[in-house]
Amino acid sequence: MQVPPQFEYERATSIEQALELLARLGPEARLLAGGHSLLPMMKLRLAAPEHLIDIDPLADELGYVREQDGELRIGAMTRHRELLDSELLRRRAAIFADAERVIADPVVRNRGTIGGALCQADPAEDLSAVCAAVGARVVIRGRDGERVVVMPEFHRGPYETAVGEAEMVTEVRIPLSPGFGSAYEKVERRVGDWAVAAAGASVRMDDGEIARAGIALAAVGAGVTSAEAEAALAGRRPSEEAFAEAARLAVEHCSPVDDQRGSAEYKRHVAGELTRRALRRATARALREEG
Amino acid sequence: MSTTEERPIGFGRLKRKEDARFIRGQGRYVDDVQLPGMLHGAVLRSPYAHARIVSIDVSAAQQHPKVHAVLTGRDLDGLGLAWMPTLSMDTQAVLATDKVRFQGQEVAFVIADDRYAARDALELIDVDYEPLPVVVNARRALDADAPVIRDDLEGKADNRIFDWEAGDRAATDAVFARADVVVSEEMLYPRVHPAPMETCGAVADYDAVEGSLTLWSTTQAPHAHRTLFALVARLPEQKIRVIAPDIGGGFGNKVGIYPGYVCAVVGSIVTGRPVKWMEDRSENLMATSFARDYVMRGSIAATRDGRILAVRVDVIADHGAFNATAQPTKYPAGFFHVFTGSYELEAAHCAVTGVYTNKAPGGVAYACSFRVTEAVYLVERMVDLLARELDADPAQLRLANLIRPDRFPYEAKTGWVYDSGDYETALRKALEMAGYEQLRAEQAERRERGELMGIGLGFFTEAVGAGPRKHMDILGLGMADAAELRVHPTGKAQLGISVQTQGQGHETTFAQIVAQELGIPPEDVEVVHGDTDRTPFGLGTYGSRSTPVSGAAAAVVARKVRDKARVVASAMLEVSADDLEWERGRWFVRGDPDQGATIQEIAMAAHGTVELPKGVEAGLDSETVYDPPNLTFPFGAYLCVVDVDPGTGKVTVRRFVAVDDCGTRINPIIIEGQVHGGLADGVGMALMELIAFDEDGNCLGGSLMDYLIPTALEVPDWETGFTVTPSPHHPIGAKGIGESATVGSPPAIVNAVVDALRPYGVRHVDMPCTPSRVWEAMQGRGAPPQ
Repeated sequence: MQVPPQFEYERATSIEQALELLARLGPEARLLAGGHSLLPMMKLRLAAPEHLIDIDPLADELGYVREQDGELRIGAMTRHRELLDSELLRRRAAIFADAERVIADPVVRNRGTIGGALCQADPAEDLSAVCAAVGARVVIRGRDGERVVVMPEFHRGPYETAVGEAEMVTEVRIPLSPGFGSAYEKVERRVGDWAVAAAGASVRMDDGEIARAGIALAAVGAGVTSAEAEAALAGRRPSEEAFAEAARLAVEHCSPVDDQRGSAEYKRHVAGELTRRALRRATARALREEG
Repeated sequence: MSTTEERPIGFGRLKRKEDARFIRGQGRYVDDVQLPGMLHGAVLRSPYAHARIVSIDVSAAQQHPKVHAVLTGRDLDGLGLAWMPTLSMDTQAVLATDKVRFQGQEVAFVIADDRYAARDALELIDVDYEPLPVVVNARRALDADAPVIRDDLEGKADNRIFDWEAGDRAATDAVFARADVVVSEEMLYPRVHPAPMETCGAVADYDAVEGSLTLWSTTQAPHAHRTLFALVARLPEQKIRVIAPDIGGGFGNKVGIYPGYVCAVVGSIVTGRPVKWMEDRSENLMATSFARDYVMRGSIAATRDGRILAVRVDVIADHGAFNATAQPTKYPAGFFHVFTGSYELEAAHCAVTGVYTNKAPGGVAYACSFRVTEAVYLVERMVDLLARELDADPAQLRLANLIRPDRFPYEAKTGWVYDSGDYETALRKALEMAGYEQLRAEQAERRERGELMGIGLGFFTEAVGAGPRKHMDILGLGMADAAELRVHPTGKAQLGISVQTQGQGHETTFAQIVAQELGIPPEDVEVVHGDTDRTPFGLGTYGSRSTPVSGAAAAVVARKVRDKARVVASAMLEVSADDLEWERGRWFVRGDPDQGATIQEIAMAAHGTVELPKGVEAGLDSETVYDPPNLTFPFGAYLCVVDVDPGTGKVTVRRFVAVDDCGTRINPIIIEGQVHGGLADGVGMALMELIAFDEDGNCLGGSLMDYLIPTALEVPDWETGFTVTPSPHHPIGAKGIGESATVGSPPAIVNAVVDALRPYGVRHVDMPCTPSRVWEAMQGRGAPPQ
């Protein structure tokens, strides 16, 4: 059994209390929002927070998926399992179900939360790419109120986010519109493994043209979104040529590394392949109004 | 007494007796052992693959309030225990004294009140290392400028461990010289790890007053461990009791003695308290017995019309930093020389060179049947390469060259005498179950559409059940196994065996063997194992030897009881023993079937007052030591269908057909379970498992995030079948099944992958066939994994 170093445990029963504890305990405190990344890192002694603030009691308050004011709103403590099972998400943003089907395993999905995943900001993490691809905005609450940031602002790099000390993520908001479609494609060596490469895509179709495209890659050292590829699709009619051009641009702006999951060369290739596939599926869904 | 499918008397589909406690979470593993006053140990491991130890400062760790003792190599040296013998007659550092030779090597041992404190205190030990050049690639281990890893060995100036060969080199060369067709390929069977669910560990309890040691440990060979501890620690053997409680999987990972066990023993002696040491998952993956790591250059010779003539192979065997593999002493490459496979050959030769590298020691593990895995992979890949060269159908090529049934017992060109086999029947059955012709037709259609479907065959012959004492020993201990059968007055029985279950279902299988022989219900037979004080001596469970060796012992001892029962029955019935006949569970008077006595009646009488013939002692108890006359040779025909995504290189195993012949089938449920598990192993090895290293010798497979093992989602519904060709020399004709599927499945899967990639001109892909590696092979840039 791998054993973590010593830490103190606190349990927060309200958002206010969690923020209060964060402020009081300082930078060596971490929120426990599922724990399926943090606890393994502690057991491997890659992380050694002095305090854990367990926000599991907030799972009811912050566990929801709903449609409100033309947006999908997902509470930060919504578990992977709930995202996978959500009928609303399946209808309006199918990319979530695509991704959740290949995130970890049922045991992890039963506990892990979207807020925890986004704040972990692992470079191979799927929900960051999903949220970036659908143009999500993240609600960050501090003791003085809340602010709403777009994904490129939220996700600052590997393991780094816009969430400051004594702040926490409370909600994720996804803009909805007619003609919207989204999809997620991932290659992994085994179910539950981190992605070798993954691509999320969304399109908003307007009168047969792509009014807006969202593209985000995971695990290949890409930007939060593949802005150049997105721009190249705007205003174009969907076609294999257009998708190939977008894929080429997305690949051009990523910088994968050789590792056990695959060579950099392969990751570039497959990032392009997956971008094309995701765009194809997202477009098909958009045309069928399937989210 | 009725026998049904569900409750057979003897062989049949009996539900596993041990599952009641496993399913209810009532199994008792080493980590469940709690003793009063027990302390906990943790091992400090080297971060370097090769480095000189300049100094070790343990003072801060010693001052940790919960620490009782800190052991280093210097402390052990004072006791003569800094080094220990390995199962291959090499030596291995228990705690490093001079230098470290692989990342993860044991450097110090902390004993504390609890495992948290022990682990925390490791971080207080200050070791000053001077890094040395590293060699991790076996192909470079013998280069002139390679660093010498084992400079502790007198006069050692290179990294060569052994050179060993089998077969006839000259005769093989001659056949190759005149062959129409020769195909060669270099292939790596990469380093993989058995990764049992339970990691390794021990609880040592030394009683200073009695001078006795009780050791609970994760061992597949409790008796051999007892003897080794007696020799290593110089404790009297009668004062040592080794207890192997429930074992959460072994697969060869738990055959050897690890430094942590020795440290736990020393720790208990030093502190006067029981000491528990359980390694964690990373320690298990990084430091304990890996498997394979064989670089094989194979060649196959044939006539143009498809008759296979000869096979030869040169191997560089990576044994890591210490030669600690477990195999019969005479065979440093294990049973690799069964690489002639299932084919009638004119000649064969192999040369194996073992080398040291800066990697964890091991090599023989993971259900490999002493390297039969590597052998079967080699020959089955070579046959497929030959089929490709000849543009022949791989099934037809195999059918034309399999050893025919009338050739058994068959003497292979490397010296094995295969006991029995009917290979063609098994292969035809697999082809029929799979619908081979339709599959080939479907493949052709799919190829037209640019889809990549592959069909792979693998045929294997295993050599298991080691083995005859005059040929086979481990550290001088002959590979025989004993069994002891006690029959209580009520006719219930207790069978003591020397082999050690790690999940194989011994408590059921062995009860069924006795039940079959004595005609009493299997539930009346309690199987005792895993405690050296309660069971007779034997060498333990690995190399699929439990049923071939200990199963034979169980049958023989039951027959001795039956024979004794006949004598007692003759006294009870007042007839001559010669006039008695046996039916299941009962001796009766020939010609007068009503006159008879059941085993239960006889048992009571044997313990009662019936007057027995002169020289016949009361009771029915008996014991035996079984020395196998030969190995047994299970075989099977496997067929795998894969689909490869042309855009991503991702391989999906669509179907897997496995026809196994393990001789007499004792419990088909357990056999099927063994096959299912082994096939999953094969999918793992073929597609994802790899213990890799970077050039500095850092282990890249040290967690289950990095070392992938397959899940239910990577495996298809297994399609299993069987044929039955009993072993002629085994008392019940059984051959063993534990490792067949692990041995036989990887080549079938890789053959399928290569077959799928045929449109890309791919000849070979080394395992693991990950998406990246498959795609690179499709681009013509395939390379062995590092």
